[in-house]
Amino acid sequence: MSKLLQWVDERLPVVDAWNKHLAKYYAPKNFNMWYFFGSLAMLVLVNQLVTGIWLTMSYNPSGEGAFASVEYIMRDVQWGWLLRYLHSTGASAFFIVVYLHMFRGLMYGSYQKPRELIWLFGMLIYLVLMAEAFMGYLLPWGQMSYWGAQVIVNLFGAIPVIGEDLSLWIRGDYLISGITLNRFFALHVVALPIVLLGLVVLHILALHEVGSNNPDGIDIKKNKDENGIPKDGIPFHPYYTVHDLMGVGVFFFIFFIVVFFFPEMGGLFIEAPNFEPANPLKTPAHIAPVWYFTPFYAMLRAVTIDFLGLPAKFWGVVIMGGAIAILFVVPWLDRSPVRSMRYKGWMSRVALAIFVISFVILGYLGLVSTTEGRTIAAQILTVCYFLFFILMPFYTRMEKTKPVPERVTG
Amino acid sequence: MKKLILGLFMVILPALGLAAGGAVPLDHIKTDHTDKASLQRGVAMFTNYCMGCHSMEYARYKRVADDLEIPVDLYTENLIFTGANIGELMKNAMNKDMAADWFGAPPPDLTLETRLRGESWVYSYLRGFYKDDSRPLGVNNVVFAAVGMPHVLVELQGLCAVKPNIGVEASVEPLSGNINNADICPSYAIEGSMEAAEFDRAMYDLTNFMSYMADPVKVERERLGVFVLIFVAIFFVFAYLLNREYWKDVH
Repeated sequence: MSKLLQWVDERLPVVDAWNKHLAKYYAPKNFNMWYFFGSLAMLVLVNQLVTGIWLTMSYNPSGEGAFASVEYIMRDVQWGWLLRYLHSTGASAFFIVVYLHMFRGLMYGSYQKPRELIWLFGMLIYLVLMAEAFMGYLLPWGQMSYWGAQVIVNLFGAIPVIGEDLSLWIRGDYLISGITLNRFFALHVVALPIVLLGLVVLHILALHEVGSNNPDGIDIKKNKDENGIPKDGIPFHPYYTVHDLMGVGVFFFIFFIVVFFFPEMGGLFIEAPNFEPANPLKTPAHIAPVWYFTPFYAMLRAVTIDFLGLPAKFWGVVIMGGAIAILFVVPWLDRSPVRSMRYKGWMSRVALAIFVISFVILGYLGLVSTTEGRTIAAQILTVCYFLFFILMPFYTRMEKTKPVPERVTG
Repeated sequence: MKKLILGLFMVILPALGLAAGGAVPLDHIKTDHTDKASLQRGVAMFTNYCMGCHSMEYARYKRVADDLEIPVDLYTENLIFTGANIGELMKNAMNKDMAADWFGAPPPDLTLETRLRGESWVYSYLRGFYKDDSRPLGVNNVVFAAVGMPHVLVELQGLCAVKPNIGVEASVEPLSGNINNADICPSYAIEGSMEAAEFDRAMYDLTNFMSYMADPVKVERERLGVFVLIFVAIFFVFAYLLNREYWKDVH
């Protein structure tokens, strides 16, 4: 066995890679529960890939056969129902862990120098994940799949001059049709997963180059022992592998409660109108995207005034796009001398709290139909969402920060 | 921060519950897929009264026969009217284009109806027909206004002369001991062969069967789920102990 390893190692740096990324990758020893979500995102990614491959074996990507083939998977394919529920629940779980992972980053300043690239790759992952989820949602070819896609693709039509042609180009037809389904299928199962995996590799390589941040936001590489090992560092393997295993246990417990007992999650993970086949002639009474898109959907609907001769819909798209785009520049908006919320001042704390509250309530508002009051609420919250970012350079510089300790505090 | 997040969820949760509520009041039921007798009565009812127009084309006869413990030859003899093989999908002979001419829209496939509209909706709808001469077929429905479907079960339920009281709880008058709303219909234009309670029971069985059809694996799924959770719980104990063992020297 060791001879085989030696043979391979002379030709491929496996031992080196193992050490660099696991056995001798020194992570800060003070990770808390917020640090589970990165590895859990990897776990869910693997779940999506494996169940996705098996679903593809029985799925029929055509306008005539898609809906029936999903029911075929649910009824006639052995364990098909389990594969599908793992995949559909996994999609929502992916966004839950990714949102918590991103919140962790915001809370502990994990995007600050020298981790800007990690944040950028992470944001690209989030972007691709949204595209992946959006295209995957069309595949069951139910009413909500169809009309959700119709609404989102039509958004591109709001772009002046090229808009109509652009949405036509995306659909490949004058309305969402079998053509659209086929291309979304190709992108969902081949193109985007490849991009996603590539980005995940870059995200992790960049992380392992500069090292992990921690709840104190201090640089553990400043304090090294005589062997050059950070005093507050600990080898990722075995310490964090066994630690994450525990996180996996907790995650799986919650995940499987949903998979086995509440696969529709009260209509949040699988929406009721999707139990009716797509019908281009019958618009559902209420079209709502899946919960993980609803904060942005609420922002889109919050814009109700025409401006500069361009329709409100266009500005809604701009706001929605801007809400995602602005996340990319966070590393350059935060001017605080400290990373972690533990040592930032009250202004940063209040700002982050208002931001999270705004995002969650916007998510709720995007789920329900609009009323005058709800639209006003969405408008106020959209402003709050943006102010968190726009004012960040000011409040992070103005506020009084607490002194950061030399060593991690546990 | 933890308190904040928890507090946030507390604020949002009731609002989510509110959003789920429908506009039409319904009579609520809880289906039971382990009640095989009820499901058997339901499949008989569905096949005899519904399947002429409504297919269940995503399901197969064989699966129903097996799950409901109905012998295959008995099922073939009594519950397949189209000459289909037991292994085939549960389609019917109705031409969809012609059906659209007759009813305005072709009768929908009902395999997934309870998951689309909800079990209580289906149960209430089935009992919600009443006489309305302004409609082409002479009937309307309190749950589904201006419905295109005729009252197929009129020979069983009868035809209610006024809007039936769907979504109103039966109650006992304390002084007289009379039961209010035991029959959802106060007066009938046509008498049916079933008593009100008997018809309600039959509609429960029918809804129960449709609910089973929409989610045939539910009983098995929940049974397996318990074992999976037990396994994960045991796994967690070992993961926890392993973690503690490794970390006990880290300070």
